Amino acid sequence: MAQRLLRGLVLFHKFSLLKKPVYYGLNKADFSLQSRDEQLDCLVNAFRDIAGSENVSVAMAVREQHGKDESLHRCKPPDVVVWPQNVEHVSQMAQLCYGNDIPIIPFGAGTGLEGGVGAPKGGVCFDLMKMDKILNLNGEDFDVTVEAGVTRKALNNYLRDTGLWFPVDPGADASLCGMAATSASGTNAVRYGTMRENVINLEVVLADGRVLQTAGKDRRTRKTSAGYNLTNLFVGSEGTLGIITKTTLRLYSIPETMVSAVCSFPSVQAAVDSTVQILQSGIPIARIEFLDDVMMNACNRFSKLEYPVSPTLFLEFHGTRSSLEEQVSVTEEITKGNGGSEYTWAMDPETRNKLWRARHESWYAALALRPGSMAYCTDVCVPVSRLPEVVLETKEDLNRSRLIGPIAGHVGDGNFHCMVLVNPNDPDEQQRVKEFCYRLGRRALAMDGTCTGEHGIGLGKRALLLEEFGSIGIDVMKQIKLTLDPKNIMNPGKVI
Amino acid sequence: FSLPTAACLNSKTMASRVLVGVKRVIDYAVKIRVKPDKTGVVTDGVKHSMNPFCEIAVEQAVRMKEKQLVKEIIAVSCGPQQCQETIRTALAMGADRGIHVDVAGKDSENLGPFQVSKILAALAKKEDVQLIILGKQAIDDDCNQTGQMTSALLDWPQGTFASEVAVEGDKLKVVREVDGGLETILIRLPAVLTADLRLNEPRYATLPNIMKAKKKKIDVMKPGDLAVDISSNLQILSTDEPPQRKAGVKLESAEDLIAKLREIGRI
Repeated sequence: MAQRLLRGLVLFHKFSLLKKPVYYGLNKADFSLQSRDEQLDCLVNAFRDIAGSENVSVAMAVREQHGKDESLHRCKPPDVVVWPQNVEHVSQMAQLCYGNDIPIIPFGAGTGLEGGVGAPKGGVCFDLMKMDKILNLNGEDFDVTVEAGVTRKALNNYLRDTGLWFPVDPGADASLCGMAATSASGTNAVRYGTMRENVINLEVVLADGRVLQTAGKDRRTRKTSAGYNLTNLFVGSEGTLGIITKTTLRLYSIPETMVSAVCSFPSVQAAVDSTVQILQSGIPIARIEFLDDVMMNACNRFSKLEYPVSPTLFLEFHGTRSSLEEQVSVTEEITKGNGGSEYTWAMDPETRNKLWRARHESWYAALALRPGSMAYCTDVCVPVSRLPEVVLETKEDLNRSRLIGPIAGHVGDGNFHCMVLVNPNDPDEQQRVKEFCYRLGRRALAMDGTCTGEHGIGLGKRALLLEEFGSIGIDVMKQIKLTLDPKNIMNPGKVI
Repeated sequence: FSLPTAACLNSKTMASRVLVGVKRVIDYAVKIRVKPDKTGVVTDGVKHSMNPFCEIAVEQAVRMKEKQLVKEIIAVSCGPQQCQETIRTALAMGADRGIHVDVAGKDSENLGPFQVSKILAALAKKEDVQLIILGKQAIDDDCNQTGQMTSALLDWPQGTFASEVAVEGDKLKVVREVDGGLETILIRLPAVLTADLRLNEPRYATLPNIMKAKKKKIDVMKPGDLAVDISSNLQILSTDEPPQRKAGVKLESAEDLIAKLREIGRI
C-alpha cells in the first residue's frame, strides 16, 4: 500500500504543473488551502500505513514539543511528528519526504542547546526515541551497538554489571545517536575523548531513504584504514546529511577507584596555569573543571555550600589505588605551587557526589542568581595555553557589557561555558547578550580556537562557522551537502 | 600523600561471618509484559540483574569488611542455574565466596519469602554466621518479608529498613526509615539487617574484580541438603496488566462539566 502511494506521489510531483515544492510550514500561504491539506492528508495517511496510526501525530501540542530543545531559540514546530519503530520505517518515510521535497528533522531526547531541532520550513519530525534497543554488546571487544532511542544513562545502567561504561558525559541524559550527531563531549573528555573518538560505526538513513553503514555492516574494529572516513563525516553533522539510526560505540572499563578533590585559587590565572601544568606533567586526569568566583558564589547560595568564593578547580582521578596516590601527590605539588588551597577530598560515592553537586547544579545556580531570568550557555574552545587570556578577557567584557555570566568549564580541553543571564523582557539586554556572544566567538577564533567546543552550530552560529573555516572550507562543506542532500531537505537552515 | 582508607584504628571484629542474600530479578529498566496465558510475566530473553536492594546489602557488607568489622562475606542466592551470575556480581563487589541453592524450573517460580527464609536460617546455622544482611524487599514481588521471617525463625533481633548502621560497643545502632520518620534502635548480634535505599550507594563491579571473582568459590547445594521443604502454600491464580489509561474528554464549559459528572453518577 505504501509503495503504491509512494509511486503515486512521486508521479504527481513529476507530472504536476507545480514545479516548486508544494509543502511548506504553516507560515506559507501562497498556494490554495485545498492542495496543502490534500498533500498533508496524503502524507499522513501514508505514514500511518507504514508506522501505525499511533505513531503519527499532527496535534499542535505534540508538534510544539518537537519544535524546540533546551536552548533559547523560539519554538519552530514541524507539521507532522512520526515515531518510526525500526530503520525500515525511517527509510520508507524518508523516501516519501524526498519524493515530495519535504524537510526532515531528526529528533532524539531534545536536550540540544543550539536550536538544532527547530523546523523553520516546517516538515516532518522523526522522533527516534521508540527505537530503543541495545543490540550486540561485545564485552571482550569493548564495543556495543545501540539504536537511536537509547540514552546515555540507559546504556550505562545496562552495562553496570559488566565492568564497562561509556564515559562521554554531556550532562544531560541525551540520546547517544543525538550525541553522535552533535559531536558531543563532556566533563570526561580530557581523558576519554569526545564522540569523534568513540564512535566506531553508524547506520544512517540518507535523504533519499538509502540506508548507509558508515564503516560497513557490523564492522567494529579498533582501527581501520579502509576508504573514506564516512563515520566522522556524519559525527557532528547535526542531522543535515542523514538520520542516524544506530551507533557502535567504544566502551571503557569502569575505573577501580575514583577520587575527587576541590581546590580554590587566588586568581583565574593561577587556576588555569595549574591546569596547563597538570596536563603537561602527563597525569591522566579524568575530570578537571573550572568554576569562577561568580559561579562559586551562585553555587554556595543555591546548593547551600560553603566553598570559598574564588576561582576553583574540581578534579577527579581514575585508576588503581597506588597510581592514584602518585597522581594526586604530583597534582597537589602543582596546585600548591600556584597558590592553591588545601584539597577537600572525597573517595566514596556519596561524598564524591556531594562534592560535585556544585558543578552539576551550576546551571540552576546561575539562573537562581536573578530569579526570572533565562540564560544562554556559550561554548567556545581554544588551545589550553590561551585559556587564561580568553577567560580573563571574557570576564572583562561581561563587566563592560553589564551582564551577569558565571563561568564553568572543561578547562582540560580549553573549553568553557559562560552562562549569561538574559531578561526575556529586556530587549536591550538581549541585544547586549547577542553582541557579547559574537565577540566571544570571534575572540576564540582569533586565538586559533573554535566557536563551538561541544554544543554544535545549530541555528545561531552559522556566521561564525564561515569565519572559522573561511570560504573554501564552507564551499567544500556545501559541495558535500549538495551531493548527499541535493534538495536540502535534511534539517534545513542548520549548520550551513 | 596517601589515600584515605576506611579502616578505623582499633576496630574490633564484630562478626566473623556475614551472610548476604542476593536475588536475581528482572532488571528494573525493563518494560514488563504479562504472558498471554496470564500465568505470570514474560521472563524469557529478558534482561535480569541483581535486585537493587540486594546490591545495597552487598555494599554494606563489603564496607563493614573494609572497616575490618567482619571477616568473611558469603553471598547466597536461591533459584535456577542463572543465579550464579548474580552471585558472581556479588563476588565482584567484594564478597568472599558464594552459595547457590539450586532450585530449578517450576519450583523456582513458587519460591517465596517463607521458603527462602527457611533456607537462610538453615544456612546461618550451618555456616555459623553472626550477621545476615538482606535487601528490604525484591522489586519483582515487593514482599518485604524475608528478612523479618528469617529473624523470627532464628529468634535473632532485626534491624529492618536500615538507612544507617553503626557500631556501638558490642551492639549495632540501626537507624530505620519508618512512616513517621526515623527510628534508632540498638541491637545485639547475631542479627538480621534489611537495607533501605539510603543506606549507601553501591559500587560498580570493575573489570579486574570481575576477573578475580571468577576464581572465587561458589558451592552448589539443594534445599534438601539443608533439610528444608520448599513446597508452597500459595498459588498464583492470574496475572494482569494494570488497567489501560483511558483517553480524557475535553469539555467546553463548567456547565458541561457538571452535566458530565451527573451523567456518570459522580454527583
